[in-house]
This record gives sequence, structure tokens and C-alpha cells, in this order.
Amino acid sequence: MSDAQNDAGSHPLSYRFLAGIWAALLALTALTISVARVDLGFFNVVVALGIASLKSALVIFFFMHLKYENRTIKTMVLVAFVVLAICIGLTFSDVGFRR
Amino acid sequence: MTEHRDYAGGKLGMWLFLFTEILLFGGLFLLYAAYLHRYPADFNAGGKQLDVVLGAANTVILITSSFTVAASITALRLGETTRCLWLLAATVALALGFLVNKFFEWSAKFGHGIYPGSEHLMRLPPGENLFFGLYYAMTGLHGLHVLIGATLLTVTAALVRRGRVTQGNFGLLENAGLYWHLVDLVWIFLFPLFYLIA
Amino acid sequence: MDHGNVDGLGFLASAPGRGGLLSWIGSTDHKRIGLLYMGCIVFMFFCGSILGMILRLKLMTPGSTLVGPQTYNAMFTLHGVIMIFLVVIPSIPASLGNILLPLQIGAEDVSFPRLNLFSWWLYVLGAVLALVSIFTGTGAPDTGWTFYVPFSERTTTNVSMAVTAVTILGFSSILTGLNFVTTIHRLRAPGMTWTRLPLFVWSLYATAWIQVLATPILGITLALVFAERVLHLGLFDPGRGGDPLLYQHLFWIYSHPAVYIMVLPAMGVISDIIPVFARKNIFGYKMIAFSSLAIAFAGSLVWAHHMFTSGMSDTAVLVFSFLTFIVAIPSAIKVFNWVSTLYKGSISVDPPLLFSLGFIFMFSVGGLTGLVQGSAGTDIHVHDTYFIVGHFHYVIFGGTGLGLFAALHFWLPKIFGRMYDKTVAKLSFWIILAGMNLLYFPMFILGLEGLPRRYYDYLPKYAHGQMLSTVGSWILAVGLVMMFANLYRGIRRGPLAGDNPWGAATLEWTTSSPPPADNFATEPVVTRGPYDFRGVARRD
Repeated sequence: MSDAQNDAGSHPLSYRFLAGIWAALLALTALTISVARVDLGFFNVVVALGIASLKSALVIFFFMHLKYENRTIKTMVLVAFVVLAICIGLTFSDVGFRR
Repeated sequence: MTEHRDYAGGKLGMWLFLFTEILLFGGLFLLYAAYLHRYPADFNAGGKQLDVVLGAANTVILITSSFTVAASITALRLGETTRCLWLLAATVALALGFLVNKFFEWSAKFGHGIYPGSEHLMRLPPGENLFFGLYYAMTGLHGLHVLIGATLLTVTAALVRRGRVTQGNFGLLENAGLYWHLVDLVWIFLFPLFYLIA
Repeated sequence: MDHGNVDGLGFLASAPGRGGLLSWIGSTDHKRIGLLYMGCIVFMFFCGSILGMILRLKLMTPGSTLVGPQTYNAMFTLHGVIMIFLVVIPSIPASLGNILLPLQIGAEDVSFPRLNLFSWWLYVLGAVLALVSIFTGTGAPDTGWTFYVPFSERTTTNVSMAVTAVTILGFSSILTGLNFVTTIHRLRAPGMTWTRLPLFVWSLYATAWIQVLATPILGITLALVFAERVLHLGLFDPGRGGDPLLYQHLFWIYSHPAVYIMVLPAMGVISDIIPVFARKNIFGYKMIAFSSLAIAFAGSLVWAHHMFTSGMSDTAVLVFSFLTFIVAIPSAIKVFNWVSTLYKGSISVDPPLLFSLGFIFMFSVGGLTGLVQGSAGTDIHVHDTYFIVGHFHYVIFGGTGLGLFAALHFWLPKIFGRMYDKTVAKLSFWIILAGMNLLYFPMFILGLEGLPRRYYDYLPKYAHGQMLSTVGSWILAVGLVMMFANLYRGIRRGPLAGDNPWGAATLEWTTSSPPPADNFATEPVVTRGPYDFRGVARRD
């Protein structure tokens, strides 16, 4: 049990702070819906995914506490996402150039 | 065997498990990306047939449930067990709300003859067929995760009630929360990709 | 903690009043789970080998002999599915990795012992489903182990159950990997720094990452094949806009890194064995450790070299051909380091070393022929020919197989406390090596002459090569029976081996043979590297 307390490190996040993140996520949701109504062509996809990435960053760093974890876990999360990005990216060397 | 508790090890294991979930969905995201690239117009037409209001409602539901589960961890760590239980109950209720919403959405689509392998889909252009194929595969797999997550949170709440998960031993709640946030995370991408691309 | 060592049997002895089958299949002791895996793997290896022998027998002469075409298709599919998913992928990590990882890092068990048992049960469930799929439905799967669409969606054979089985096996593999990564990060004994880890542990670490990150892609891909068959989503159906090539991409995103799940642990075994029998510190410890990670990473970038003739874009062919050559670098680093370790060493030629040298030879042949296929130009000539079959078996059977046999000869005396007959072991090695080369080398020539793989029949001009290859399979079988019989006799009736028969310096040799239930009488404190032989003596 002492182990848990030592490793847990930081204090629990305050309700107020969590509510702030919640409000930000809701605001970003409203933003992405309203931007989608404007026709930007291909950039609709870029903007939609950009906002989604921002939202997921908020969830990962604060709700999931990643900001307060040690470097090992942070690196691992990065590796997981990089591997996924590489898989999708390299597949596009095929589907993007198919004649 | 001696019972020893490795808090950081448990959390590391949970993160590793989440990576496998991310890559599980990742395979489907890869397919989505490739087919969107090939059939942008058809995907646009498919997206127009989905109900943005229902999708947005579910987004708000999941974001709120992510907040309540994060708050429940804070409550437990501050020793406010009753509040923690209420927050977990709210989370599970929101999860069920999400599924009910999804149920109505799917039934409406089925009513219009849009379901995997249907005659109606066969007649649509290939890109729209793929759009709805991916829609069912991805929201279906996500719905399954909502169900699993809600079950996990219910079990955890029961353990909190019985005093097995406590202020000094909150690892399980934290890990269940991590899983629930992942469910939210996937939806954060599914929502724009299916409902807003139009 | 004296309950562990009843009659010098260590963890093999049951605690009083808790014997029987249940004390094994319900045990959370990593060593027992490892032995459960080993038993299953040896059994499945036996099944897969029988299938392979029958295939070779059928191919010995041209024409329709022994089995019909449909049975033949089912048999090479099952040979592949069993050997890949039930034998080679779990072989070294799940059996010996499970037993040795905690011992080598000075831990009592893995991080999640119950999860470990659960993953063994998943393995059993997957194995049972795979076997049941042969005898139920409308016939055994006939797609080849790759389950390529659109055929796998349309064939009426029992593909649905087979892909379910493989998906379950995938999750078993994921849980093992997850457990190993956590264990290596969290449970190292005091003083066991990252640069004091035995290289076998490093290789398991790299392997575990591939298991965690690549296997889910296979899971979702095969789940989609299942969904296609049952729900007709049409995601890979060219008639409805789908792209079968995307199935191949997804399949190989897992299955190419999977060959590194197969071979990396064997490389770790070799890195642990060679210093012991050369009585010398390993040459280039950090480079070998680093190259394991490099192989794991670079290995995930090269999957589409399986698809050069599938109709990919030229850009993709260029990119993947280039990337493929990069993987050769870390593999070569290892081979050079092993050879440099042997240089000027005080070498004693014991069975584990012989099998390790066999590994290096076979792996080098397999690796170099791999480059022939990695370059897009030559691949077009040899693609889907016997050349591929030869290459693959050199790497996986000659590599991982001999690596596993080396590991068994090295560590079984530790696990069971008894020694096998070394002369018989050496003899069986030479028979196995001769059999393997006679079996697989003619395939290179047959392939270059243009014989396609998986075909039921062939032209008479290939008859000589096919005959030689089949004779090779008999010699190999004799060697394998001899080796397994010798090992079995050894662990049942061999002389006591002692705690450290080879004079090795890694932690597992400091505890008793077999190890007690909780591994170490007192928690070990590590003060030196894994290949520092000062003050460590061989038994003879």
C-alpha cells in the first residue's frame, strides 16, 4: 500500500480542473460541428482531424493522467502512435500511387 | 505465493493493453483512410445520410462520462467514497444512454434498408457501400467496447462499495478509468470521420 | 521457503495434498505454465511434422498420388497454420521465455501470473478450435495459412472457425508480450540494470513489443474476414468496391513482423549460449541488444515485400524493396558479433553450441536468400516458387527450430535437473542438419527452375529435386525422433546435472536444478554482467 502512495506521486486532479477540461472538450465539439458546415473542400478533413487530435490530446494528457506519468510510459505512448502512423503512411505509398 | 501489489506495474500493463486496442482500431482506420482516398465523393454522400444531431449527442454523452469517471478517481483518492460511487453510477448510466442512442440510430438505418449485405446497399455506388460497411464495423466494434467498459466500471463500483478498492488502493479504478477514456478517445475520431466528413 | 524443494524436485514437486493434473493446468507458477506450453508445442510440432512428411511423400513423384487435390490443399494449409500459429510463434517465448525470464532477471514470477495462465488457456482454446475446424463444417480450410481474400471469403470450407482460432491465438500471444514487457520493466532484481540483462531477455523484450503492437492488426484483419463471410460487409470484395490488396497489407503488417517474433528469441538463445562455450564475454553486448530493438522496429517497415507481384504501385515496390535491405544490417551485426565472440575463445563443443552453430549456418543461408527476394527485380522471377519455400524453411526451421533445440539442450538440465546423453545429442544434431539441407536446398534450385509452390502436380523435369527433398525429410525425421527420445530419456533417467553444468554466469544457474517454487532461496543481488565468467567453473 505504501508502494501505491509512493508511485502515485502527484495529488489527485481537482474537480475544478477536470471540469475545465470537460468544458474545453465540449467547446471543441461545438467548434468542429460548426466548421464542418463550411465547405473547405479537402481541408474539411484536415480541420476535423486536427480538432479531433486536439481533443484526444486533452483526454490523454489530463483525463488519462499522462502528463504526470514517468518518461517510460510517455515514450511508449509515442511509440504506439508512431507505429500506427507508419503503418497507415507506408500503406499510402501503395494506395496513393496506384495507377 | 505471497500477495504483492505492484501499482506502477499494473498501470504499465494497462497502458500496454490500451496500445493493443489502439492498433486494433488502427487496422480499421487504415482501411477508412485508403477508401476515403479512393472514393471521396461517395464517402461524402454516405456521410450526409447519417444524423449529425444523434452523433453529436453521443459525443457529448461520452465526453461527459469521461469527465465523471476522471472525477470519480479524484473522489476516491480524497476519501469521498459516496461521491465516487455516484460518479461511477453516472458514468455507467451515460454509457447505457450511448448504447440506447446507438440502438435507435442503427434501427433507423436498418429501416431504410441500410444494413450489411442488404439489397439496397448492393445497388449503391461502391464507395457508399464501403462507407456503410466501415460504419457498421467501426461503430459496432466501438459499441462492443462501450459494453465491456460499462461492465468493467460496474464491477469496479461494486468493489469500491465492498471496500476492496479504496483510497489507498485505487489502482483498479484508475485502470478501469483508463479503459473508459480509450473508448471516448476512439469515438472522438469516429464522430468527425463518419458524421462530419459530408 | 523450504517447501519448494521436496526431494530435490523443486517446482516439479507438488505441495503436500495438492497434486494431480489441476496443480498443473491451474498453476500460476511461470515455470509450470512454461512447461505446459512446451508440452503443447512439442505435440503440435509432431502433428505439423506428420502433415509435412505426408506432403513430401505425395510430392515425391509427379502425378496424382497418395492424396487428392482438395486434401492436399487442406494439408498444406493446416501444416502452415499449425506450424506458424501453434508452434513457432509461441515456441521459444511462451515456453522457455516463460520459464527463464523471471529466473534470468531474479524475479519470483512474471508481473501478472494469472494473466499468464489465462493466456495459456487461450492458446489451448485456439488449438482446439483449429483442430476442430478440420473435422467440422464442409471440410478443412484450403486457403493456405495466409487466408488471402477473396478466396477465403468465398470458399465453402471451414475458414470461419480457423480464423477465429487464429484470432484467439493472437490474443494469447498479446497477453504474453504484455506480461513480459511489464515484468522486465518492473521486476528486475536489485543491481540488474538494463546493461546487465542477459541477451535472451533483451530479445524477449523486443519480441514482446512486436507481439503487443503488431498482433492486434492480425486480430482485426481476421475478424473482418469472419465478418465478411457471415455479414457480407464487402470491405475486401472487389465486386463491391473493396480492395483485396488492402487485406494483404493488413495481413503482412502483422505477419512480417511475426517472423521476427519467431526468430528474435532464437537469436537471444544463441547470444546466451555462445559466450558460455567460448568462455568469453560476448563481443559487442550493446550492439546485440540494440540490434534486437532495431530488428523489431525495422521489421515493421517492410511488410509489403511479400506483395511485389500483387499489383501494388511501383512507388510502393521501390520503397519497400529499399526498406527491406535495412533489416539485413542488424541481423548481420548479430552474426558478426557471434563469430567474433568465438574468435580466440576456449571452445568446448557441447550439444548446445553445435545446435547454435547450426543455427548460424542455416540462418545465414536463409537470410542471404531472403535478399534475393527483397530486391524487387529478382523477386519477380522467384516469387511464389519453391525458392520461397526453401528460404522460409531455412530461416524458420533452420533458424528458430535449431535455436529452440539449442535452448532445450542448454536449459533442460536446469529445468529438470538431469542431463541427457551428449554423444547421442551430437549425433542427432548432425543427422538433423544433413536432413534439413537435403530437404530444403533442392527447393532453391527447383524454384529457380520455375516450379511454383503449392501446386498439386509438377512436370517430370522437377522429379529429381523433389525426390531428393523427400529423402531429406526422412533423414530429418530420424534425427528429430532420436533427439527427442534422447532428451526425454535424459529428463526421466539421466544423471543429475548439478546447479551449473555448463559453467554459465547468468542468474538462473545460481539457483538449484530444478529451481524451487519461488525461484531463489534469497532474493539475488546482481553485481556483475551476464557473461563475466571469472570465478565460475564448469562442472567437468
